[in-house]
Amino acid sequence: MFTPSLSAASLPHVVVVGNGMVGHRLVQRLREGAAAQTMRLTVISEEPCLAYDRVQLSRQFDDPRPDLALASPDDYAVLEVAVVWGRAHTLNPAARTVAVGDLTLHYDALVLTTGSVPFVPPLPGRDAAGCFVYRTLADLDAIRAAAHTAHTGVVIGGGLLGLEAAGALRKLGLQTHVVEAAPHLMPAQLDSEGGAALRRTVEAMGLGVHTGRAPQAITTDGAGRVTGLRFADDHLPADLIVFSAGIRPRDDLARAAGLALGERGGVKIDDLGRTSDPHIYAAGECAAHAGRTYGLVAPGYRMAAVVATNLLRDLGLLNTAPALFQGADLSTKLKLLGVEVGSFGDAHGQTPGCRTVSLSDNVRGTYSKLVLAEDGSRVLGGLLVGDTARYSELLDLTLSATPLTAPPETLLVPALPASGALPQADTLVCSCENVRESAVCAAVQGGARDVAGLKRCTGAGTGCGGCVPTLHGLLQTELRRLGQVVTNHLCGHYAHSRQELFDLIRVRGHRTWDEVLAAHGSGHGCEICKPAVASILASLHGELVVSPAHAAVQDTNDAFLANIQKNGTYSVVPRVPGGEITPAGLMAIGAVAQKYGLYCKLTGGQRIDLLGAHRDDLPLIWEDLIAAGFESGHAYGKSLRTVKSCVGSAWCRYGVQDSTGLAVRLELRYRGLRSPHKLKSGVSGCTRECAEARSKDFGLIATEHGWNVYVGGNGGVTPKHALLLAEGLSEDEVVRLLDRYLMFYVRTADRLQRTSAWLEGLDGGLAYLRRVIVDDHLGLCAELEADMARHIASYQDEWAAALADPGVRARFRTFVNAEERDDGVVWVDERGQIRPAELPDILSGLPQLPLHGGD
Amino acid sequence: MTFLPSPPLPWTRVCSVSDILPGSGVCALVGGVQVAVFRVAGALYATANRDPFTGANVLSRGLTGSDVQGGALRYTVASPLLKHRFDLATGQSLDDPGVRLPVYATRLEGGDVWIGSPI
Repeated sequence: MFTPSLSAASLPHVVVVGNGMVGHRLVQRLREGAAAQTMRLTVISEEPCLAYDRVQLSRQFDDPRPDLALASPDDYAVLEVAVVWGRAHTLNPAARTVAVGDLTLHYDALVLTTGSVPFVPPLPGRDAAGCFVYRTLADLDAIRAAAHTAHTGVVIGGGLLGLEAAGALRKLGLQTHVVEAAPHLMPAQLDSEGGAALRRTVEAMGLGVHTGRAPQAITTDGAGRVTGLRFADDHLPADLIVFSAGIRPRDDLARAAGLALGERGGVKIDDLGRTSDPHIYAAGECAAHAGRTYGLVAPGYRMAAVVATNLLRDLGLLNTAPALFQGADLSTKLKLLGVEVGSFGDAHGQTPGCRTVSLSDNVRGTYSKLVLAEDGSRVLGGLLVGDTARYSELLDLTLSATPLTAPPETLLVPALPASGALPQADTLVCSCENVRESAVCAAVQGGARDVAGLKRCTGAGTGCGGCVPTLHGLLQTELRRLGQVVTNHLCGHYAHSRQELFDLIRVRGHRTWDEVLAAHGSGHGCEICKPAVASILASLHGELVVSPAHAAVQDTNDAFLANIQKNGTYSVVPRVPGGEITPAGLMAIGAVAQKYGLYCKLTGGQRIDLLGAHRDDLPLIWEDLIAAGFESGHAYGKSLRTVKSCVGSAWCRYGVQDSTGLAVRLELRYRGLRSPHKLKSGVSGCTRECAEARSKDFGLIATEHGWNVYVGGNGGVTPKHALLLAEGLSEDEVVRLLDRYLMFYVRTADRLQRTSAWLEGLDGGLAYLRRVIVDDHLGLCAELEADMARHIASYQDEWAAALADPGVRARFRTFVNAEERDDGVVWVDERGQIRPAELPDILSGLPQLPLHGGD
Repeated sequence: MTFLPSPPLPWTRVCSVSDILPGSGVCALVGGVQVAVFRVAGALYATANRDPFTGANVLSRGLTGSDVQGGALRYTVASPLLKHRFDLATGQSLDDPGVRLPVYATRLEGGDVWIGSPI
């Protein structure tokens, strides 16, 4: 409470002892709360200058020397802060006085911000000429002066300050060594792995590192000058030694005044920042809160703010709630010797039951470690050495105790290089032709401007063709790198992207390939643009792909409604929605397979593949399957393939929703939907995810609150986990959202672009997708839903439709002029079923080509 | 053993032109040999049906198209298996200069398609 002061000015008088970073911050806060008209403020500064940025102390050796000052006498004059230069030597709490030299100041409230002093281990010779501590600007001036005649410097202490000092000695041009008694560097912050990573980097800079070594004495010459350090079995020569083995709180003034101290030193303070005397406060490194002292500036600043508030309240100058200091987070990120080091949360893994995951890269010189809760669900803390790019993100996760949604190890993996960057490794692109990325890039530099050109130059893509999408991507990247205009043209026949062409066809109302080519294309098309246009027409109009207007532009699978295999025969996949099939259905499929000699295989999508069908048998096979209640599974098209499911709540003891029922509903709803690429889906009845829904273009996972919808996943060459789009939806909500999602994809994706790549390519990514199809930001949702409704209404089983049309049926004949079958199809037996014979077997069975006039 | 010269292939009628959808192909059996017959841009082309890169008899099921090289337009077919392309008129592979398909003479007569000897 405010007590009228006996001092001349009759204003309350606050004295701050010490003017380091925390003392200065306190002065600022006090003056913000109480102007000079309401409170006198005096600062006692032992150093001959006002506060400077001690965190940046080492920059004192930079050239040009930076100005580290935080305050000047002029600043303090403006603030009407009196400065008394000198060391406070006597504190009398009873009289409320503090003495500096022969001056005695009376105070109404006093704050100790006296900081700390370096700890100098009691080594013989520690006072010799050439021994220094590393704390003040004066210390640094002395070190600089000594460095002029020195060659070798040794820092005793491999902690944070020691490495800082070592960096300074290095800047001064000294051959520098660090001696640390603990087994590794920065023992307070790092574990042994982290210390080792740091050591590698420090050594690579040319510094000597001596860990696990405790010196016994400092050796001197006849003149009492330092000559080195003596160990039990060794001697390390040195011209200059810097002690940096930790700090001790400067509590001597408080101790002498009878104030309570912390068990391990420091002036004891409570949560309000008060010492055991109600008129005396303390903040910063000299204070001990809950038995703990803090050697970092951030907690000191926090204490300064707390003390300022409470002190002003106690003087009756401020009318707010008291502020509390309740300990501080010790997380810290620094750069020592150019090495980034971060430590946050429970970095040392002291939480009972915690586990750790770490990643050490001795080439990059990085080490990172996460301490996780026992069940791996949360990050408790961690260490980062060499790369602290993820520091803030991980600190956030730690402080907010956010449940992890990704495997924790992925948090440690370095960020991938930007997609535009040149690939570092010379990756094998085409394993068939053994073509590497460098060869592809060279071909582009040599003038290749399309995939066909790359195929010609390098041979890549001429084997199995699996690398063609990669070739396409490399081509675009390399062309962009060369500053070439990269077009998104479908091919040489259309100067439009698939999306543009989609819009043109929709707006202009074209209904056939010939119309589209005449209006927007050139030449006669090719194997790229024909199926793409066919797919767009099918998406828009739902006409039969095998009708005469469309048949000639379908690739063989769509033309024959089955999947071509390596020997020219086809496989047939009846739809088995959700993987649910009756015994009668199973037997019917078995009977068909037996009747036509087909090889049977369960697919990865819970269906039955019947392989080895001759083209002319396809209509007969379908007749039998259709009679048994089956229809086309569209395994051939760029269309919805399958919705995989588990048994869900109907059978599974863990299931919380009917995953099979929803899978059946979705598969039937979207069957036949032609899209830029194949579509796969999965529905899992609980978070055990037995249907692997998150590896699909769209996936659903049941929770007790409804369905979580994931989009944009796929397996394949570049597996991607689908991303969470919406949570806790009902079945009907799921269906509505998926209608929009699928139609938006169908309309806007590039040719042969899976949903994962499409989503990645959307400007704004998942958030943008959400705005469009959840928030209806563009007002498109009604249209997208209507498009889907039109598709569903136009659906018809393509197998049945092909059978019903004699003209279409005739196309399935092997020869237009003969009843024979393809004699190039040769089977061999394997594990009790057929498989195609390899090429040499077939060649020997082929008739010789008759040559004109030959013999 | 005496070697007798093979008789030149006679012209063979294989189908009506209406049996081939414009822009597409069919397969005909000519003297025991599988011949792919295409109807592209109002003209007929015939090549071997066997894709030399895969050994499968599938070329008649390939997608036809056009390609401009050196200012000249040529008609092509892409194998349905691995999409290797061939010049319909010459049989030349566009992917591998060392590969060329046999091509056959064609004739359209009163709506009938005839295949002649290898060219």
